[in-house]
Amino acid sequence: MQYVVVGAGPAGVVAAETLRKVDPAGAVTLIGGEPEPPYSRMAIPYMLTGKVGEDGTHLRPAAGHYDARGITVINDRVARVDPATKTVVTESGASHAYDRLLLATGSHPVRPPVPGLDLPGVHHCWTLADARAIAEKATEGRHVVQMGAGFIGCIIMESLWERGVKLSVIETADRMVPRMMDTRGGAMIKQWCANKDIDVHTSASVTAVEPNPAGPGDKLVRLSDGTGIDADLVVVATGVHAYTEFLDGTGIQVDRGIVVDDHMRTTVPDIYAAGDCAQGRDFSTGGYDVHAIQPTAVEHGRTAAMNMAGIDVAYQGSLIMNVLDTVGLITCSFGRWDGVPGGDTARVVDEGAYRYMCLQFDGDVLVGALSLGRTDHMGVVRGLIQNRTRLGPWKQRLMEDPNRVMDAYVSLSQVAGT
Amino acid sequence: MQKSLHIDPGKCTGCLQCEMACSYDNEGAFNPSKSRIKVFAFHDEGRFVPYTCTQCDEAWCMQACPVDAISVDAATGAKVVSDARCVGCKVCTIACPFGTINYNADTGKVVKCDLCEGDPACATACPTDAITFIDANWTGLERMRAWAAKTDSGAQASA
Repeated sequence: MQYVVVGAGPAGVVAAETLRKVDPAGAVTLIGGEPEPPYSRMAIPYMLTGKVGEDGTHLRPAAGHYDARGITVINDRVARVDPATKTVVTESGASHAYDRLLLATGSHPVRPPVPGLDLPGVHHCWTLADARAIAEKATEGRHVVQMGAGFIGCIIMESLWERGVKLSVIETADRMVPRMMDTRGGAMIKQWCANKDIDVHTSASVTAVEPNPAGPGDKLVRLSDGTGIDADLVVVATGVHAYTEFLDGTGIQVDRGIVVDDHMRTTVPDIYAAGDCAQGRDFSTGGYDVHAIQPTAVEHGRTAAMNMAGIDVAYQGSLIMNVLDTVGLITCSFGRWDGVPGGDTARVVDEGAYRYMCLQFDGDVLVGALSLGRTDHMGVVRGLIQNRTRLGPWKQRLMEDPNRVMDAYVSLSQVAGT
Repeated sequence: MQKSLHIDPGKCTGCLQCEMACSYDNEGAFNPSKSRIKVFAFHDEGRFVPYTCTQCDEAWCMQACPVDAISVDAATGAKVVSDARCVGCKVCTIACPFGTINYNADTGKVVKCDLCEGDPACATACPTDAITFIDANWTGLERMRAWAAKTDSGAQASA
């Protein structure tokens, strides 16, 4: 059996490794679109702060990891897929035949239609190459404007801040990280950033980036409210989109991402999809959505690989969850953090101490949570949600004090029934 | 035969010597807030429950790590964090459904129980045998494993 995996991020690498494990005789080829060893985009911010070197971003640092498993790694970009002849053609012109193909091409950054984003010193922060360019320009005292304060934007922001730049952040939504934080939490994050001398503009958009030879930066960033901000460097973090353009004309159905069933199969035979490019099953809603998070990518990769190798595994759906460190303020979100119809909400907030905890229930089952300013034992929130644990008497206790999630879990799992 | 921690909450008196021993052994200070084992008190029921990582087969933390910073110690079976590789992204702390891998803001790394290289300080310190380190087959880990399996998204248990 000839397996080809397109995309060398976490979903692709886990899939290749799983294929090798479950089909020792199969041939496994992993095609990565960048001239780097398979690496983790998630680690890029930590490379920018110097916490790790470039090799610290590699998904599998051990020398000879792929060779030892008989996984052929090719650095080339896929130009097109031809389901009729079951081949993948790369930009170099090479053709790779497959019996089973996995698309794990991830996503790519969206460039908003703003004049001036083609000027020098305007970068996404997405690839290792982007990170190298940013590291060169984002030095102490330089003026940096970041477009976008979503999840990825906030992580990048921290590394820019640690590099000692003068930082302004522009977010079109009414709050920071709107997709993982409610209004109250978003406002607390914004205040936290202001206290760290980060200039945050919400409900604001960039209308143009213009050359500004007079300085202090060599560019001027114009905002919708008329403000002009000096910039040496503009970082564009205004969202990402599933990378699927190369599939046009294949018949593979694409919605927000590549449409897959509960076996990670696309709408074309013998072609599967996994990770950020795939619109997979969602645990909380039962529907299908693009999660674009590490745990989902890994689960997708493993599930797709097992099904590709003929082991029937139905995917139960992944739980959306995020943890974010915004210049030292740690926030988490899980599942239906925005609540469900007819459900109950428990909140406790201490704005001065930057602590906030919000739980969402459906009956006596936890279905979602937000936290700000706490890190201890937050994983049990996932356990309680994904097990659909009946909380019984703990529902009322958590309504009174949502911070007691770990107590609830330990009591229900270790005391009850003993 | 690999050994694992066996916890019998019925024998725990809440003395917290396990937390002291763990923090001293691993962090060099008697500081229960830095302990990798925690004793939870349920005063209404009059119960104390020591709780830490079960070194579960699913290894959610290890699976979720984006930089291969968590590995299995072949000798003890413990899932061990490499400080050199951990970037502090904290994804493991929300991926572990048991809440037993946590972030240490002082070091910028995550910490979890590593079985003290096969000689757990908590078990040595426990005066009532509420925490013992015994053959893995005896520990009744099945209940925790059942919990882990229920959290499974489909593929993990059979991979």
